[in-house]
Amino acid sequence: MTLDGVKRGQFFKITSIPDNLVRAQAIRFGIAEGEVVECEEVVPSGPIVIRKNKQLLALGRRLAMQIAVTLT
Amino acid sequence: MGHCHGSVGLKNIPEGARKIVLAGNPNTGKSVFFNFFTGMYVDVSNYPGTTLEISYGHLGSDVIIDTPGVYGISSFNDEERIARDIILSADLVINIVDSVHLERDLFLTQQVIDTGAPVIVALNMLDEAERQGLCIDIDLLSDLLGVPVVPTVAVQKKGLSELKEIIFTARSGRMTQGLEPHMDRLINRVGSRGEALLILEGDPAVSERHGLQPESYREEIYLKRRSQVNDIIKHVLKETSRGASFGNLLGRWMLKPVTGLPILALALYAMYQVIGIFIAGTVVGITEETIMLGKYEPAVRGLVGRLISEESVPGIILMGEFGVLTMTVTYVLGLLMPLVVGFYLFLSLFEDSGYLPRIATLVDRLLTGIGLNGRGVIPLILGFGCVTMATITTRLLASDRERRIAILLLGLTIPCSAQIGVITGMLASVGGQNVALYSLVIFMVLVIIGTVLNTLLPGKSSDLMIDLPPLRLPRLDNVLKKTGTKSYNFLKEAFPLFALGALIISVFQVTGVLEFLQDLLAPFTVGWLKLPKETSTAFIMGIVRRDFGAAGLTSLALTPIQTVAALITITLFVPCIASILIIFKERSKTEAALIWATSWAVAFLVGGTVSQLYSAFGGDSQSMGSLLVILTFIIITAVTIFGCRLVSRGKAGILSDRRV
Repeated sequence: MTLDGVKRGQFFKITSIPDNLVRAQAIRFGIAEGEVVECEEVVPSGPIVIRKNKQLLALGRRLAMQIAVTLT
Repeated sequence: MGHCHGSVGLKNIPEGARKIVLAGNPNTGKSVFFNFFTGMYVDVSNYPGTTLEISYGHLGSDVIIDTPGVYGISSFNDEERIARDIILSADLVINIVDSVHLERDLFLTQQVIDTGAPVIVALNMLDEAERQGLCIDIDLLSDLLGVPVVPTVAVQKKGLSELKEIIFTARSGRMTQGLEPHMDRLINRVGSRGEALLILEGDPAVSERHGLQPESYREEIYLKRRSQVNDIIKHVLKETSRGASFGNLLGRWMLKPVTGLPILALALYAMYQVIGIFIAGTVVGITEETIMLGKYEPAVRGLVGRLISEESVPGIILMGEFGVLTMTVTYVLGLLMPLVVGFYLFLSLFEDSGYLPRIATLVDRLLTGIGLNGRGVIPLILGFGCVTMATITTRLLASDRERRIAILLLGLTIPCSAQIGVITGMLASVGGQNVALYSLVIFMVLVIIGTVLNTLLPGKSSDLMIDLPPLRLPRLDNVLKKTGTKSYNFLKEAFPLFALGALIISVFQVTGVLEFLQDLLAPFTVGWLKLPKETSTAFIMGIVRRDFGAAGLTSLALTPIQTVAALITITLFVPCIASILIIFKERSKTEAALIWATSWAVAFLVGGTVSQLYSAFGGDSQSMGSLLVILTFIIITAVTIFGCRLVSRGKAGILSDRRV
């Protein structure tokens, strides 16, 4: 599944971020491929907010549709 | 653009002074450190080739340079490019780290350490980390990074003197493991560890400086660095409790539409009360009416009038209706400055509290439809203060495409605070349904133009990816300082342009061009807009400033629908002369000229359509006419959005066909 399908409170593992630049940014935030993160909030048909420890990151819907995740 | 490593492109840095660079992620409190170290004497300069301001000051015989907050150094955006070049030229780096966000912040720390620069870490906001149940082993962190670490709570001035005392114990730390083999290969060729690192990480600009191809180890190095940082954190960080503070809860409410939209409405309402009512009314009443018009202008006229007659050509240019010494100064200082200060005050509050990225997240969906992402909300909100100021702020948008859309929307559809003031006054007498007609038509024009641009412009807008910092109570001194700096910079930039604008229009007035234009415009105003002939004067005034134009309408006897049509036209009319000059500066000449011409066309097209529709719908039966016009516009908007969707689907279809 992709990131836009997760629900608030679910924990999931990020399996693939296809865009090079986004992937590099994500590594900087500590939210790289292979990390387990939590879905903090989903803005209806808007961005997905994910959390790792204290770090919150909002990702636009279209971006979220490209990021593959598996629920844990 | 020349890259002179010695001076990092900044003026007034004495020979032989050591360059001490402050580096850190956004919102780590860097400015508090900077202010503590440098005191009052701070220089601000534009970084060459960019529009970002870099502050620097003196610490003894050395220079201390601030950098924009970044998450890493590379070429991802302007901020990073500047931070990269300043850090690469540093003799010493003070790295400010947010204790609550070690995972995020230590990535930059480790990257700076990897450049080989001597580093000292200020572990800031330690009090907040403790409140959140985080316990950090500072000695161990210092050992693992290989650089001194000083605990600080900058806003309470805790640890700052200690840091100042041991700044020069900064040293090169422990590099990311596994980096050496690559580094050794490059270091002899480029002569600097930092530059070698960035070439390895594939930075195009640094590679080009050395005539080398960017290498492709970014991902490998980033992952190694990430795992080293994670490992360090595992050893030094203990989490004792995990309580949801009120800040976390409020932060969550701000993101949910159900609670977030009312909170946003409340924030905007507060902003309207302060800026729209208090500043635009009371404060401007004093600054513009009493001080500038009452005291300043008569004084100037008296003084200059002794040398040249007020009726002579230079007299009119200097102190006539659009005088460089009268109107320009009154407008900029008496009217604009209080409004701009008010807007920047709110912007700084929103920024420092961490609310701004949450607004961006909340409205992202709405803005993607008009080709912007959530970040675009910032210039649009600012536009209600001053379109000129907002146009400058579009620099923060990620792509050129978004800047183009935002600038056109600002220039066309967003009335600035001065204009809103006049318009609100005139709308008061036209009845509720006509107020609705005005607001909805303007809003729908914004939606239509945005949607059409988004469909027609090649490419697509960038996606939102934004760090949501914890909500914090903003520090008043910081907010005030930020407001002061930003307002000053804005005035510095806009003042000469206003003066130039006033000069041009005075020349028009003296040479009779103004009158000629008025006659030229008459057929449009009378025939198409169904307005009295005199309104063309208002539009000519509107070329200078749209609120001048709007104010010019107040003296005319208009029916309610004429008022609304005239106001719609003047709102959509060309951006004021300062804005358009800024647009010429920010964009290409062709694009700026196109924006100007489009504004003419759209303003008259929409204003006329409203007038014509209204009389076609029978005219006299007041409320029905307005409602039917609104309905027509809703249909036009819906059809446009639907049509644009079909077109983009068509485009996508063609693309996927090609791929197959």
